[in-house]
Amino acid sequence: MNRTLALKLEPYFYTAPSLLLIAAIMLVPLVTGLSYAFHDLILLDPLSGDFVGLDHFREMLDDDGFWTALRNTVVWTAVSVALQFTFGLVLALLLNRPFPARGLVQALVFLPWAVPGFLSGLTWAWLFNPVIGPLPHWLHGLGLLATPENILSDPRLALWGPIAANVWWGIPFFAITLLAALQSIPKDIYEAAAMDGAGPLLRFRRVTLPLLAPTIAITVMLRTVWVANFAELIVVMTKGGPADATQILSSYIFTLAFQRLDFGYASAVAAVLLLLLLAYAAAVMVLRHAMTERP
Amino acid sequence: MSKTTPHSIGARVLHALALAAFVAFALFPLFWLLKVSLTPDDLMYGEGVRLWPSRVTLDHYGSVLRHSQFPLFFRNSLIVSAATGLLATAAASAAGYAFSRFRFRGKAWVVGVMLVSQMFPLVIIVAPIFRLLAPLGLTNSLTGLVVVYTAFNTPFAAFLMQSFFEAIPKDLEEAAMMDGATRFQALRRVILPLTLPGLAATGGFVFTAAWSELLFSLMLNSSAAVSTFPAGLLGFVSKFSVDFGQMMAAGVLALLPVGAFFLVIQRYLVQGLTAGAVKG
Repeated sequence: MNRTLALKLEPYFYTAPSLLLIAAIMLVPLVTGLSYAFHDLILLDPLSGDFVGLDHFREMLDDDGFWTALRNTVVWTAVSVALQFTFGLVLALLLNRPFPARGLVQALVFLPWAVPGFLSGLTWAWLFNPVIGPLPHWLHGLGLLATPENILSDPRLALWGPIAANVWWGIPFFAITLLAALQSIPKDIYEAAAMDGAGPLLRFRRVTLPLLAPTIAITVMLRTVWVANFAELIVVMTKGGPADATQILSSYIFTLAFQRLDFGYASAVAAVLLLLLLAYAAAVMVLRHAMTERP
Repeated sequence: MSKTTPHSIGARVLHALALAAFVAFALFPLFWLLKVSLTPDDLMYGEGVRLWPSRVTLDHYGSVLRHSQFPLFFRNSLIVSAATGLLATAAASAAGYAFSRFRFRGKAWVVGVMLVSQMFPLVIIVAPIFRLLAPLGLTNSLTGLVVVYTAFNTPFAAFLMQSFFEAIPKDLEEAAMMDGATRFQALRRVILPLTLPGLAATGGFVFTAAWSELLFSLMLNSSAAVSTFPAGLLGFVSKFSVDFGQMMAAGVLALLPVGAFFLVIQRYLVQGLTAGAVKG
């Protein structure tokens, strides 16, 4: 009897350490953090701390900074993920056939993934610096810039700086996961398709893409959520500037909390971001379910 | 795209050119980092945008290693990342094993909790975590960072470990259990040795993530004695923002351990993901 009970409890012994840790360090603080959204909470101000209901959310409706950051979040996330995915897929397809020194090439093209986020931000900020970086001069030479200036200080162009760093840094993630998915497609499927006279393009569309679709859906979803939350490149490269032109929601939250010390309002913006991301993730899961259910 | 070898020489040349472009794009920023770190100060502005300076020097590395606190930051980061790598991999392999081998009540909830923990902006929990850890003496402490980083990295590490376990046939431990071993003994003696590449890949992944983390290191630890490399480097950048040579030398040094780690483990990452996580 005891033995069956022990057997029933066994999976919980294995999961308990992770679960307890995640609950204590992430979930409980998340609930606390969300509760700040309904309080007037300014750090170092002993008079703050009152319950204010939905005041912060009403404030948000009239806050230009919030709307700019929301628009930028969409651009930042969509452009970054689309470019990371496209280049990642091309790279995975290139790596998925035998060629000399494949191991070495693979290690080198995946290397940016190992570079710490803040460091890739700094590196790209330096590349865009006209004094020690080549990019402004190249862009000028190509006729894309009228003068070799730093795009990070131009409000209209500045967001492209962190996006470039993000694309460089994120290609390996997609390449690695898509390469793994490609390698788990049995070879005989291709051979059968080739015997039936399907050319490479047709095989890609009819065999590769459908078999990759579940991986694509899950990795794009995870990456979108992750990139939308990823403030580090922006904080390091532009601090959200010039004049808040490159602020995305997560960097805006950072600025609100740690420069204006307004934790209440920062938490309210974070709550909105979390809701938007959950809605997005749910939509993708429903879509994926519908796609895989189809005969 | 087919897996058969390219037929024509033209296709092979195109394939090689495209790969060369990817390699160049991946390496160029790192090459530039290295180049500026080796450029002597007097040539920094005159030859700032040349592909290679007319003279190189190791002076910037010398002054970073001798006259700055980077050796201390380096040591702190090494301690925090190694401890986080070990602890998170241990917790995650237990959880990943349970996900892979058991059906149990509440499993969907456990997986759901781990997914949600990856979805929200971590900025929102900085203040609550600070208030949680301060009374325990875990702010301004390397231990505090290890605890926080272990929690952050366990969910993804658990999914990664699950996929490595999926690749190992269940018959193996069932056979051992038929011979009288308990499941835990079978796990320790039969399964874990087979997952060593997976454990290494997961540990390396977590190590890299802990090595790179900036926000919590900045917010929880204000004293330089317990600063990690990212916080130290950012402090250096905002203080001496024109000393490019030293900043980039420090950047190259920050890159060495994770770069080396990654070159060794990257193929196991592809293998592990091939094995299971992507089955959907």
